Amino acid sequence: MITRNNDVWVFIEQRGGKPADVSLELLSKGRKLAHQLNGNLKAVVIGFNVESIAKETFRYGASEALLADHPELENYRTLSYSRVLSELVDKYRPGVVLFGATITGRDLAPRIASFIKSGLTADCTDLQISDVKYLRNEYKNLLLQIRPAFGGNIIATIISPEVDVQMATVREGVMRLEPLDKPVDGKIVSVPYQPSTIDSIVKIIEQHRQESKVNLKGAPIIVAGGYGLGTKENFRLVQELAATIGGEVAGSRAAVDAGFITPDRQVGQTGVTVRPKLYIAIGISGAIQHRAGMQESNKIIAINSDPEAPIFGVAHYGIVGDAAQIIPTFINVFKQKLR
Amino acid sequence: MGYKSIVLVKQVPDTANISGQVMKEDGTVNRSLLPAIFNHEDRVALEMALQVQDNYGGSVSVITMGPPRASDVLRECLFMGADEAYLISDRKFAGADTLATSYVLSEAIKKIGNYDFIFAGRQAIDGDTAQVGPQTAEKLGVPQITYAQEIVNINESHVVIKRKIEGGYEVLESPLPVLVTVLKDSVFPRPYKAKRVMAYKNAKTLMELEKLTEGNSLLYIDQLKYEYMAKHLYINTMTMDDLQLDVERCGVAGSPTKVHKIESVVLTGNKHEHIEPNKTGIGTLIDKLMEDHIFG
Repeated sequence: MITRNNDVWVFIEQRGGKPADVSLELLSKGRKLAHQLNGNLKAVVIGFNVESIAKETFRYGASEALLADHPELENYRTLSYSRVLSELVDKYRPGVVLFGATITGRDLAPRIASFIKSGLTADCTDLQISDVKYLRNEYKNLLLQIRPAFGGNIIATIISPEVDVQMATVREGVMRLEPLDKPVDGKIVSVPYQPSTIDSIVKIIEQHRQESKVNLKGAPIIVAGGYGLGTKENFRLVQELAATIGGEVAGSRAAVDAGFITPDRQVGQTGVTVRPKLYIAIGISGAIQHRAGMQESNKIIAINSDPEAPIFGVAHYGIVGDAAQIIPTFINVFKQKLR
Repeated sequence: MGYKSIVLVKQVPDTANISGQVMKEDGTVNRSLLPAIFNHEDRVALEMALQVQDNYGGSVSVITMGPPRASDVLRECLFMGADEAYLISDRKFAGADTLATSYVLSEAIKKIGNYDFIFAGRQAIDGDTAQVGPQTAEKLGVPQITYAQEIVNINESHVVIKRKIEGGYEVLESPLPVLVTVLKDSVFPRPYKAKRVMAYKNAKTLMELEKLTEGNSLLYIDQLKYEYMAKHLYINTMTMDDLQLDVERCGVAGSPTKVHKIESVVLTGNKHEHIEPNKTGIGTLIDKLMEDHIFG
């Protein structure tokens, strides 16, 4: 039976001196996991001039921030970041290491798992600590890595029982952001960085980034459309309804794939997870990947022509019918009542 | 001169088209009812490799690890334009997670050798993990560029690639060899060439040739293999023994992640309130939402 360190590490992704939301969400979840394990929550911050981010992690429960701060580390690059983190993880062998399932996290985490020959589960929608009986062996305090699989038709619980480092990536918005009233009195541990020629063989020639102005996570009302709307014209009705009732427009993955809406407005497992006061799902059948991103909304209205659509299973109110007729009616009645 | 590309491809169950019969009553999946298809992003990766060949010369090899029937996707690769194909197959590879898969693939790639590019789709639709590419790159000790959108140019021993990042894109320059994972919208896969389909539909792996010799004492497998090789119809086949692998790092034994539990996604009979699709029904609904202080 292997012995496992009880510490939980979170890789803090940062851009331009700001931590990614998903990293702070993971600290909030990591704090609870570390508490259950009787271990410490530690943040790993890599960048240049990012001491302020290391300090910010204390507000989300980290008791220690491992800080690799160097001009060569200013921008994320696979080889330098993975070398720094692989060496750290290999040296301390924390029991749990978590990453955001962002493009960066999905580029970095597998490289580290391969280096330390450990297990990694992608895109988890839940994490738990539990004792597990697996193949007649009893394991204490394993990390349950829970994710939809097989096109979303099943929910799989993955474990890595025979390795000491359990790794997972988690999508943005899945875990709740829970800052503490009073930050932990944590300490910053400086990680020395010795540049190596391998770190800089891949060069960044240019970078263009436009931070999205869309804030689905903060919107109290979201009106989402799906492939069932059929055409871009019908999707405009969704936008019209959102504008009328003061909501943000969103879409399912199928709606994004069909070009009805931009990817930054996608709700679901591969998009954003939201918990608004009101979520209206129109022409969305409700595959598990979509439901995973919206089922915790306070009130859900489903509008769909198929009475058997799974979306009705999570809805509080269901309207069966043609969206192209129901939406204009909704808009008219709303305007009459709330003029 | 030109560049040698190796493309990693996978045969996957068509998880996007799951019907009721595929899900068994106990919540497990009846895989035999699911059609097996060529993972789309891998097809896109092959197209990117073929474009490198069109523009700069060189060769394109494709590899898949999987059961014997995965040779179907290799034949499809030959139809599209791949020069040669490799099936990596052994019962001992079954049940591999991404760590064990990347170990076997990286050893097969080392054996093939002398490559400039390794291309793969960003991820496969059965697991959506996007891990095998980076893990293979790590084992080979080569740089990786994931989420690639476009090859901007290739200059002797360097490639310039545009890739997606959060909220935008970046352009990276990497020395060769490099492993590149490709996004689905980057290039559009070419159709099969009729002439190639006619030729390569008869291409066979070692296992398929062995089937031909069964019950026929006049056919010898080695001879058959050479005949197929001479006609360029042999799909290279590698097993555990050919690759001299560490059995502890393959298949289930080499996979640290285990599936502990699988639950079918059965919706709990949440009783939603049915609203009539007319003025009265919707009016009542809006009143309720006003009472809840969601509207107004």
